[in-house]
Amino acid sequence: MSEKKFSKKHEWVSLDGEVATVGITKHATEMLGDIVFVEVPDAGKAVEKEGQAAVVESTKAASDVYSPISGEITEGNKAIADDPGSVNTDPEGASWFFKLKIKDKSEYDSLMSKDDYDKFCKENPS
Amino acid sequence: MEVQKTALYNYHKNLGAKFVPFAGYEMPIQYKDGIVKEHISTRTHAGFFDVSHMGQFFLEGDETLIAALEKIIPADLNNLKINHSKYSFLLNNEGGIIDDLIITRTEKGFCIILNAACKENDIKQISQFLTKNHKQLLNNNLSLIALQGPKSVKILEKLIPGVTNLKFMTGNNFDYEGEKLYVTRSGYTGEDGFEISISNKKVEKFIDYLISNDVKPIGLGARDTLRLEAGLCLYGHDLNEKINPVEANLKWAIAKKRKEVGGFNGWEKIKNLLANGSEKIRVGIKPDGKVIARENTKIFSSDNNEIGFVTSGTFGPSVNAPVAMGYVKSEFSEIGTSIQLEVRGKKYGGKISELPFYKKSYVK
Repeated sequence: MSEKKFSKKHEWVSLDGEVATVGITKHATEMLGDIVFVEVPDAGKAVEKEGQAAVVESTKAASDVYSPISGEITEGNKAIADDPGSVNTDPEGASWFFKLKIKDKSEYDSLMSKDDYDKFCKENPS
Repeated sequence: MEVQKTALYNYHKNLGAKFVPFAGYEMPIQYKDGIVKEHISTRTHAGFFDVSHMGQFFLEGDETLIAALEKIIPADLNNLKINHSKYSFLLNNEGGIIDDLIITRTEKGFCIILNAACKENDIKQISQFLTKNHKQLLNNNLSLIALQGPKSVKILEKLIPGVTNLKFMTGNNFDYEGEKLYVTRSGYTGEDGFEISISNKKVEKFIDYLISNDVKPIGLGARDTLRLEAGLCLYGHDLNEKINPVEANLKWAIAKKRKEVGGFNGWEKIKNLLANGSEKIRVGIKPDGKVIARENTKIFSSDNNEIGFVTSGTFGPSVNAPVAMGYVKSEFSEIGTSIQLEVRGKKYGGKISELPFYKKSYVK
């Protein structure tokens, strides 16, 4: 599996061949607070780069999760829909949101590295 | 308008509060533990809430004060004993709720606790009925602290002996650090607890004591989930000037005598609604699954007719499920009625539910 890349909307992506795994970052979960509801997309759904793909809700508010990369969903992580709190515990591991078959690897290449993302978060607090 | 801060602002900051603007004040929405943990620790131990943004409005006067206040408040103030409190409202000419409030009879008159966002207008509305025989004071030198949860009584009794004897919705003066403070057994979480009116100068020391007894600070986020589980209304969401007490399912809060005799703003309209019922009514709502139906979610009948809207909705940590309140056409208000909730363009099943969602444990 490739290194994780990051979006400005606080999603992470890792790539295994043509299949990308997408989740939200630890920083995102810290901003959201206690996560109490998650909706993940069904397999077969087409998503655009930066298009809405999933929903995450904390006690405070509902937020959309965007796909940082375009493609066709191959799997939504049902485990996090059943146990939304697990996203707070392991957001960048077991609690990924969805997998998709990508169309264009350059979309992945253009995302931020871990270092760039950490810098981005520091420069854009809240 | 400049953003206001309570006397505890820096104290909250040191406790790691995240602030949000609320009713013109910078208020803590949560602390380090987060909303769910704050909620649970209030239900299982005790938590404190800085509610000093609320108005503490004192009225004094001769025997005409009661008649003046009863024109806008449908409580039976004549029969309200000293140190006893009632939940009530200010009503407009159409019977709409200008604000909901707690009114307490004091030695010299009354103290009314008003919502922060409404307090200026409330005082204007009340003042219309006051004369030169009545004195009023919005006391900004006082903080208001809610101490809520099952351990509250034991913790407060150690510091202020005698509070154990207070019954729900009664209060008294107590000595603390050479000053008087006023304590009522009340709150807005569904738990046993107290609200303590204390001078701004002494409030930090008082909070030091609570914290040394493992009382956690609780922000507005958990205050909202706690009050919603307890089925209690939040003004500006579940109540507003276009909603009357009958629609709000709060007719119990209009005193029996006042229901018979009337003589308050909007009485003609409310009399009619009391006799014939209202077209819509506030209900509890439980979504069937995990989906959260937030404020403004549209409510549909099982045969897809729009029948109402959600006014408050969140995840209830103690219920461990989403909970909501809203208004539906009265014919759909029976407990157990199946409804649909439209969330992000999709309809999800739900049921009209009993209120509260979480059983209250007041000491009566």
